[in-house]
Amino acid sequence: MSEHKNSSYISAKESRKITRFNRRVTKKLEREREAAGHDPSLYTTVMKDPNNVVEFDNVCTYFFSDNGVVKAVDGVNFSVPKCSTVGVVGESGCGKSVTSLSLMQLLQRPSGQTVGGQIRFNLGDGTAYDIVKTPTSKMQEIRGNKISMIFQEPMTSLNPVFRIGNQVDEVIKLHNPQMSDEDVKARTLEMLDMVGIANREGVYRMYPHELSGGMRQRIMIAIALACSPTLIIADEPTTALDVTIQAQILDLLQGLKDKLNSSIMLITHDLGVVAGMADYVVVMYAGRVVEKGTADDIFHHPMHPYTIGLMRSKPVVGRKVDELYSIPGSVPNPVNMPDYCYFRDRCELTCDRCKGLYPPEIKISDTHIVSCYRYYEDGEVLGQPKSVNVEEL
Amino acid sequence: MEEKKNISQQAVPPAEGAREHGGEYLVEVENLVKWFPIKSSFFRLTIGNVRAVDGISFKIRRGQTMGLVGESGCGKSTAGRTMLRLLEPTSGEVYFDGQPLSALSRQELRKLRPRMQIVFQDPYSSLSPRLPVGEIIGEAVREHKIVPREEYDDYISRVMRACGLPEYYKDRYPHEFSGGQRQRICIARALALNPDFIVCDEPVSALDVSIQAQIINLLKRLQKDFGFTYLFISHDLSVVEHISDTVGVMYLGSMVEYTGTEKIFSHPLHPYTEALFSAIPVPDPDVKINRIILKGSLPSPANPPHGCKFHTRCEKCMEVCKYAVPEWTEVEPEHWCACHLYDSPQQKAAAEAAMEEAKAKGISEDGPQETL
Repeated sequence: MSEHKNSSYISAKESRKITRFNRRVTKKLEREREAAGHDPSLYTTVMKDPNNVVEFDNVCTYFFSDNGVVKAVDGVNFSVPKCSTVGVVGESGCGKSVTSLSLMQLLQRPSGQTVGGQIRFNLGDGTAYDIVKTPTSKMQEIRGNKISMIFQEPMTSLNPVFRIGNQVDEVIKLHNPQMSDEDVKARTLEMLDMVGIANREGVYRMYPHELSGGMRQRIMIAIALACSPTLIIADEPTTALDVTIQAQILDLLQGLKDKLNSSIMLITHDLGVVAGMADYVVVMYAGRVVEKGTADDIFHHPMHPYTIGLMRSKPVVGRKVDELYSIPGSVPNPVNMPDYCYFRDRCELTCDRCKGLYPPEIKISDTHIVSCYRYYEDGEVLGQPKSVNVEEL
Repeated sequence: MEEKKNISQQAVPPAEGAREHGGEYLVEVENLVKWFPIKSSFFRLTIGNVRAVDGISFKIRRGQTMGLVGESGCGKSTAGRTMLRLLEPTSGEVYFDGQPLSALSRQELRKLRPRMQIVFQDPYSSLSPRLPVGEIIGEAVREHKIVPREEYDDYISRVMRACGLPEYYKDRYPHEFSGGQRQRICIARALALNPDFIVCDEPVSALDVSIQAQIINLLKRLQKDFGFTYLFISHDLSVVEHISDTVGVMYLGSMVEYTGTEKIFSHPLHPYTEALFSAIPVPDPDVKINRIILKGSLPSPANPPHGCKFHTRCEKCMEVCKYAVPEWTEVEPEHWCACHLYDSPQQKAAAEAAMEEAKAKGISEDGPQETL
């Protein structure tokens, strides 16, 4: 692979080599996963901090594609505390959606694999599951019940051939098999009421195409919250909606979160939405976390040049600038990531240290952590995100 | 490029007898209406109309940018397209540089086309995948004979450079480019014809934040260099505030408010504008704005509510709003608004008379409601 590092051209020989390698590695990983599934001791662990709902510990999710290994998520570290909202921000392709899909085990297998790290999910009774190794049968009990997801496009994520009532009923029935049909329907209607649908009996009998985008997103929220999950993953919940509807949906989510004592992992590229909703913010770039902290840390004292650039490139109502800042260059090729800081080639604030390896995480304050050499002297150095060497697999 | 601009202007002298239009304003829209008929499946009879654009009026000054905002489905894009006569207007008139567009024949319109261009929303579907970039940009240049043949190659290179595209991209195909680069190609295509007026139909909605900034800066720079007039259609209010000189707000096919950008953001008059602007997310966790959350969603444009179209969702709805259509008036100098809250005494009297009349006719108070 190394001969053609700087071009996208792949010869037939190389292509065959890649395919063979991918097949070998994915088969091995699948076998390992199957073996781990039979032994609960392999996938049960304990949380580092029992007040967290989820802890991502050096998670590496790679895609074994025909062009080589794409390191979509490469050593991501952060946690979601109980009853709080964590916003994950970044441009498209930075790995924020893949992070959430890894947590749900919804990756496109076998090409997409979580090859390293731990995702610890708190079960609430002192134990935790390591989602990476949890077998599918156990995952099915968690998905929709303890962790649920609201997808980006309400237009395409509802099944067009089933009635709304049916689709909400299904979730409740699946996770509560002992419930009678009447109870299930009552619970569905209660959920529809909760998400602010006025004509709930009517909507129960409707098909998705009869509803507007905002209404469909409400149904998605109703489905996600039907089993009172401890964690709600909202993957760009308002991107496809208008500003006025966006305000309604965000308001609703915030209200329901407090009512159900859940946590929200809010994935978005809109800094405005994050500022209004999130308690903690995680900024991702090219598969790695570049900065994390409380909303106050990130918005009032942004440190990483990427975070600063991102904030300056978005026009803000009431703040007059002649020209918007635009980050020069583009994201590096995901197949051949450099070993130095991924942002160095686009950064205007480089220093001598930047020539070295990828910067370690630096702890500026108790809550604020940044990966940038500019702050090397200002805080405690925590260590680099660990990448998995695919050749060793 | 400047001398070329003169050539294209000479080709289309302003029509005589239309002198009261033009001058300070490049584009004037008067009562523009576009209805799409709904046909029955049987006999193809027209059983109703979707009132996509229902009587809008405004003027755009030369070299300025007008922002057009509103929720999806309120007719922003239809308004933009009807203004260029890409869609035939149902009624109303658009004056482009003093010329009424609806009176022009096909040949005359064709001559005028290079002067008004459009940049579409989706850079992935608005470029032909079979043409190389040079041809995409140059096709219309050749067709309209903007430059002599021997200068053609040079000219295309110049246009590409102006839009931040390296010359050697000429022989590449659109699929080789990212979204931001494609949008640059779309802008270059519009720019190559030396237009006076460009309709930008959500040019940055499909792009990432950092790429958005690049495209907005490009549009602004080109305006400074070449003096373009833009109609900037977008649902992203912060982008509109950044780029526009004037802002028009649309709701359900009608314009509800139109004025300078600073004025409309500092003190909006219409309740819809107020609600819309309060919903803008602010990237500052300490700012807790008093959000006005609108109830429900947009009523159907095929069956809009009686009276003021916004009354079903309005917080300040009065009795008269349910029956009488508010007039489009200049409430303050250069500040137009259509709302009963700002009626003059005469208008108030007229509106009340209209209300009595409507009540006598027995139009139900609620009017047609949305299905939910």
